[in-house]
Amino acid sequence: MSAEQTLLFWQYASTGILLLVIGFYCLLVTYNLFRVLIGLELLIKGVTLFLLAAGVISGHSALSQGVIITVIVIEVVVMIVAAGIVLGFQDKFDSLNVKNARELKG
Amino acid sequence: MLNIMLLVLLVLIALWTALTPLLLRAAIGLALTSVVLTIIMFRFNAPYAAAFELSVCAGLIPVIFISVISLTHRLPLKEFLKRREDRLRRFWPLPLLLLAVAAGLFFVRIPLNITLPWPETIADVRVVLWEYRRTYLFGQLMVLLAGVFGVLVLFRGRNENER
Repeated sequence: MSAEQTLLFWQYASTGILLLVIGFYCLLVTYNLFRVLIGLELLIKGVTLFLLAAGVISGHSALSQGVIITVIVIEVVVMIVAAGIVLGFQDKFDSLNVKNARELKG
Repeated sequence: MLNIMLLVLLVLIALWTALTPLLLRAAIGLALTSVVLTIIMFRFNAPYAAAFELSVCAGLIPVIFISVISLTHRLPLKEFLKRREDRLRRFWPLPLLLLAVAAGLFFVRIPLNITLPWPETIADVRVVLWEYRRTYLFGQLMVLLAGVFGVLVLFRGRNENER
Protein backbone atom coordinates (compact mmCIF):
# COMPACT_ATOMS: atom_id res chain seq x y z
CA MET A 1 0.00 0.00 0.00
CA SER A 2 1.35 3.42 -0.89
CA ALA A 3 1.38 6.27 1.66
CA GLU A 4 -1.53 7.96 -0.13
CA GLN A 5 -3.61 4.78 -0.08
CA THR A 6 -2.82 4.24 3.61
CA LEU A 7 -3.92 7.80 4.46
CA LEU A 8 -7.14 7.40 2.48
CA PHE A 9 -7.86 4.07 4.14
CA TRP A 10 -7.22 5.56 7.60
CA GLN A 11 -9.62 8.46 6.93
CA TYR A 12 -12.44 6.12 5.88
CA ALA A 13 -11.66 3.43 8.44
CA SER A 14 -11.67 6.07 11.22
CA THR A 15 -15.06 7.38 10.11
CA GLY A 16 -16.36 3.81 9.91
CA ILE A 17 -15.10 3.12 13.45
CA LEU A 18 -16.78 6.33 14.73
CA LEU A 19 -20.07 5.23 13.14
CA LEU A 20 -19.66 1.81 14.76
CA VAL A 21 -19.05 3.47 18.14
CA ILE A 22 -22.24 5.56 17.78
CA GLY A 23 -24.24 2.50 16.72
CA PHE A 24 -22.91 0.28 19.54
CA TYR A 25 -23.49 3.00 22.13
CA CYS A 26 -27.04 3.47 20.87
CA LEU A 27 -27.65 -0.28 21.11
CA LEU A 28 -26.15 -0.58 24.59
CA VAL A 29 -27.71 2.45 26.28
CA THR A 30 -31.23 2.68 24.93
CA TYR A 31 -34.36 0.95 26.26
CA ASN A 32 -36.49 1.94 23.29
CA LEU A 33 -36.93 -0.89 20.80
CA PHE A 34 -37.18 1.54 17.89
CA ARG A 35 -33.87 3.15 18.83
CA VAL A 36 -32.29 -0.29 18.76
CA LEU A 37 -33.15 -0.35 15.05
CA ILE A 38 -31.62 3.10 14.61
CA GLY A 39 -28.42 1.88 16.29
CA LEU A 40 -28.37 -1.18 14.05
CA GLU A 41 -28.78 1.02 10.97
CA LEU A 42 -25.85 3.21 12.05
CA LEU A 43 -23.71 0.08 12.53
CA ILE A 44 -24.57 -1.05 9.00
CA LYS A 45 -23.65 2.39 7.64
CA GLY A 46 -20.20 2.02 9.24
CA VAL A 47 -19.76 -1.42 7.68
CA THR A 48 -20.86 -0.08 4.27
CA LEU A 49 -18.26 2.67 4.51
CA PHE A 50 -15.57 0.10 5.32
CA LEU A 51 -16.56 -2.00 2.31
CA LEU A 52 -16.51 1.05 0.05
CA ALA A 53 -13.05 2.09 1.27
CA ALA A 54 -11.72 -1.45 0.88
CA GLY A 55 -13.03 -1.60 -2.70
CA VAL A 56 -11.59 1.77 -3.65
CA ILE A 57 -8.16 1.09 -2.18
CA SER A 58 -7.79 -2.45 -3.49
CA GLY A 59 -8.96 -1.39 -6.95
CA HIS A 60 -11.89 -3.85 -6.81
CA SER A 61 -14.67 -1.30 -6.90
CA ALA A 62 -17.11 -3.51 -8.82
CA LEU A 63 -16.75 -6.37 -6.36
CA SER A 64 -17.18 -4.05 -3.38
CA GLN A 65 -20.31 -2.59 -5.01
CA GLY A 66 -21.69 -6.12 -5.38
CA VAL A 67 -21.08 -6.80 -1.69
CA ILE A 68 -22.57 -3.41 -0.70
CA ILE A 69 -25.73 -4.14 -2.73
CA THR A 70 -26.00 -7.53 -0.98
CA VAL A 71 -25.61 -5.83 2.41
CA ILE A 72 -28.33 -3.29 1.51
CA VAL A 73 -30.75 -6.06 0.49
CA ILE A 74 -30.14 -7.90 3.77
CA GLU A 75 -30.44 -4.62 5.68
CA VAL A 76 -33.85 -3.76 4.23
CA VAL A 77 -35.25 -7.25 4.91
CA VAL A 78 -33.97 -7.18 8.49
CA MET A 79 -35.48 -3.71 9.00
CA ILE A 80 -38.88 -4.72 7.60
CA VAL A 81 -39.09 -7.80 9.83
CA ALA A 82 -37.82 -5.79 12.81
CA ALA A 83 -40.43 -3.08 12.14
CA GLY A 84 -43.10 -5.80 12.24
CA ILE A 85 -41.70 -7.00 15.58
CA VAL A 86 -41.76 -3.41 16.91
CA LEU A 87 -45.43 -3.09 15.93
CA GLY A 88 -46.23 -6.46 17.55
CA PHE A 89 -44.42 -5.35 20.71
CA GLN A 90 -46.36 -2.07 20.75
CA ASP A 91 -49.64 -3.98 20.34
CA LYS A 92 -48.85 -6.36 23.18
CA PHE A 93 -47.35 -4.01 25.77
CA ASP A 94 -48.56 -0.58 24.62
CA SER A 95 -44.93 0.54 25.01
CA LEU A 96 -41.60 0.15 23.24
CA ASN A 97 -39.57 -0.36 26.41
CA VAL A 98 -37.41 -3.45 25.93
CA LYS A 99 -37.59 -4.24 29.65
CA ASN A 100 -41.13 -5.48 28.95
CA ALA A 101 -39.62 -8.32 26.92
CA ARG A 102 -38.79 -10.05 30.21
CA GLU A 103 -42.52 -10.75 30.59
CA LEU A 104 -42.66 -12.70 27.33
CA LYS A 105 -43.12 -16.45 27.66
CA GLY A 106 -42.00 -19.23 25.35
CA MET B 1 -10.71 18.44 1.49
CA LEU B 2 -14.30 17.90 0.35
CA ASN B 3 -13.97 14.21 1.21
CA ILE B 4 -12.94 15.03 4.78
CA MET B 5 -15.79 17.52 5.11
CA LEU B 6 -18.24 14.85 3.93
CA LEU B 7 -16.84 12.34 6.41
CA VAL B 8 -17.12 14.83 9.29
CA LEU B 9 -20.68 15.67 8.19
CA LEU B 10 -21.51 11.96 8.12
CA VAL B 11 -20.34 11.49 11.72
CA LEU B 12 -22.12 14.66 12.91
CA ILE B 13 -25.45 13.64 11.35
CA ALA B 14 -25.09 10.12 12.77
CA LEU B 15 -24.40 11.63 16.21
CA TRP B 16 -27.45 13.89 15.92
CA THR B 17 -29.54 10.85 14.89
CA ALA B 18 -28.47 9.00 18.01
CA LEU B 19 -28.92 11.98 20.35
CA THR B 20 -32.19 13.55 19.20
CA PRO B 21 -35.08 12.81 21.56
CA LEU B 22 -37.77 12.61 18.86
CA LEU B 23 -38.03 9.35 16.94
CA LEU B 24 -39.24 11.15 13.81
CA ARG B 25 -36.12 13.31 13.77
CA ALA B 26 -34.00 10.20 14.28
CA ALA B 27 -35.61 8.58 11.20
CA ILE B 28 -34.96 11.74 9.17
CA GLY B 29 -31.36 11.84 10.47
CA LEU B 30 -30.90 8.29 9.29
CA ALA B 31 -32.09 9.29 5.82
CA LEU B 32 -29.65 12.23 5.82
CA THR B 33 -26.81 9.89 6.85
CA SER B 34 -27.65 7.73 3.87
CA VAL B 35 -27.72 10.75 1.56
CA VAL B 36 -24.21 11.80 2.65
CA LEU B 37 -23.00 8.21 2.26
CA THR B 38 -24.52 8.23 -1.25
CA ILE B 39 -22.55 11.36 -2.17
CA ILE B 40 -19.35 9.70 -0.91
CA MET B 41 -20.15 6.61 -3.01
CA PHE B 42 -20.72 8.70 -6.13
CA ARG B 43 -17.44 10.50 -5.56
CA PHE B 44 -15.67 7.12 -5.31
CA ASN B 45 -17.09 5.98 -8.62
CA ALA B 46 -19.52 3.44 -7.13
CA PRO B 47 -22.75 4.52 -8.87
CA TYR B 48 -24.74 1.26 -8.55
CA ALA B 49 -24.16 1.00 -4.82
CA ALA B 50 -24.95 4.72 -4.52
CA ALA B 51 -28.24 4.32 -6.39
CA PHE B 52 -29.21 1.41 -4.11
CA GLU B 53 -28.21 3.36 -1.00
CA LEU B 54 -30.19 6.41 -2.09
CA SER B 55 -33.35 4.57 -3.14
CA VAL B 56 -33.47 1.94 -0.39
CA CYS B 57 -31.64 3.36 2.64
CA ALA B 58 -32.58 7.02 2.14
CA GLY B 59 -36.00 6.30 0.63
CA LEU B 60 -37.62 3.03 1.62
CA ILE B 61 -36.28 2.45 5.14
CA PRO B 62 -37.17 5.96 6.47
CA VAL B 63 -40.68 5.51 4.99
CA ILE B 64 -41.02 2.19 6.87
CA PHE B 65 -39.67 3.81 10.05
CA ILE B 66 -42.01 6.80 9.78
CA SER B 67 -44.97 4.45 9.16
CA VAL B 68 -44.03 2.49 12.29
CA ILE B 69 -43.74 5.73 14.29
CA SER B 70 -47.18 6.83 13.08
CA LEU B 71 -48.63 3.50 14.26
CA THR B 72 -47.15 3.78 17.76
CA HIS B 73 -48.78 5.77 20.54
CA ARG B 74 -47.58 9.23 21.48
CA LEU B 75 -46.46 9.66 25.11
CA PRO B 76 -48.14 12.23 27.37
CA LEU B 77 -46.07 15.45 27.61
CA LYS B 78 -45.09 14.93 31.26
CA GLU B 79 -43.79 11.42 30.64
CA PHE B 80 -42.03 12.54 27.44
CA LEU B 81 -40.15 15.28 29.36
CA LYS B 82 -39.19 12.81 32.08
CA ARG B 83 -37.90 10.30 29.55
CA ARG B 84 -36.00 13.02 27.69
CA GLU B 85 -34.16 13.95 30.86
CA ASP B 86 -33.41 10.30 31.53
CA ARG B 87 -32.14 9.89 27.95
CA LEU B 88 -29.92 12.95 28.28
CA ARG B 89 -28.34 11.40 31.40
CA ARG B 90 -27.61 8.17 29.51
CA PHE B 91 -26.44 9.74 26.23
CA TRP B 92 -24.27 12.68 27.33
CA PRO B 93 -21.03 10.62 27.42
CA LEU B 94 -21.41 9.71 23.73
CA PRO B 95 -19.92 12.94 22.23
CA LEU B 96 -17.03 12.74 24.70
CA LEU B 97 -16.46 9.08 23.87
CA LEU B 98 -16.48 9.94 20.16
CA LEU B 99 -13.95 12.72 20.69
CA ALA B 100 -11.71 10.35 22.65
CA VAL B 101 -11.93 7.64 19.98
CA ALA B 102 -11.30 10.21 17.20
CA ALA B 103 -8.25 11.59 19.05
CA GLY B 104 -6.99 8.04 19.61
CA LEU B 105 -7.40 7.20 15.92
CA PHE B 106 -5.68 10.45 14.91
CA PHE B 107 -2.63 10.03 17.12
CA VAL B 108 -2.22 6.27 17.22
CA ARG B 109 -1.49 4.98 13.74
CA ILE B 110 -1.23 1.22 13.52
CA PRO B 111 1.12 0.38 10.63
CA LEU B 112 -0.78 -1.39 7.89
CA ASN B 113 1.18 -3.97 5.94
CA ILE B 114 -1.60 -5.11 3.69
CA THR B 115 -0.66 -6.63 0.36
CA LEU B 116 -3.17 -5.39 -2.17
CA PRO B 117 -4.52 -7.79 -4.80
CA TRP B 118 -4.05 -7.15 -8.50
CA PRO B 119 -6.41 -4.47 -9.76
CA GLU B 120 -9.59 -5.90 -11.24
CA THR B 121 -9.94 -6.56 -14.92
CA ILE B 122 -13.76 -6.41 -14.86
CA ALA B 123 -14.93 -2.99 -13.77
CA ASP B 124 -18.66 -3.52 -14.28
CA VAL B 125 -20.69 -4.50 -11.23
CA ARG B 126 -23.34 -6.14 -13.46
CA VAL B 127 -20.79 -8.57 -14.89
CA VAL B 128 -19.45 -9.29 -11.40
CA LEU B 129 -22.94 -10.00 -10.01
CA TRP B 130 -24.34 -11.96 -12.97
CA GLU B 131 -21.24 -13.89 -14.05
CA TYR B 132 -18.83 -14.28 -11.14
CA ARG B 133 -20.88 -13.85 -7.96
CA ARG B 134 -24.19 -15.36 -9.01
CA THR B 135 -24.49 -17.10 -5.66
CA TYR B 136 -24.83 -13.64 -4.05
CA LEU B 137 -28.04 -13.17 -6.05
CA PHE B 138 -29.38 -16.54 -4.86
CA GLY B 139 -28.55 -15.49 -1.33
CA GLN B 140 -30.34 -12.18 -1.81
CA LEU B 141 -33.42 -13.99 -3.18
CA MET B 142 -33.41 -16.34 -0.19
CA VAL B 143 -33.14 -13.39 2.20
CA LEU B 144 -36.03 -11.63 0.44
CA LEU B 145 -38.18 -14.78 0.65
CA ALA B 146 -37.26 -15.16 4.33
CA GLY B 147 -38.32 -11.52 4.85
CA VAL B 148 -41.67 -12.10 3.13
CA PHE B 149 -42.19 -15.23 5.24
CA GLY B 150 -41.28 -13.30 8.40
CA VAL B 151 -43.73 -10.50 7.64
CA LEU B 152 -46.49 -13.04 6.84
CA VAL B 153 -45.89 -14.85 10.14
CA LEU B 154 -45.88 -11.57 12.09
CA PHE B 155 -49.10 -10.26 10.54
CA ARG B 156 -50.84 -13.63 10.73
CA GLY B 157 -50.17 -13.52 14.47
CA ARG B 158 -51.68 -10.01 14.63
CA ASN B 159 -54.86 -11.04 12.81
CA GLU B 160 -55.32 -14.04 15.10
CA ASN B 161 -54.97 -11.76 18.14
CA GLU B 162 -57.61 -9.40 16.69
CA ARG B 163 -60.06 -12.30 16.23
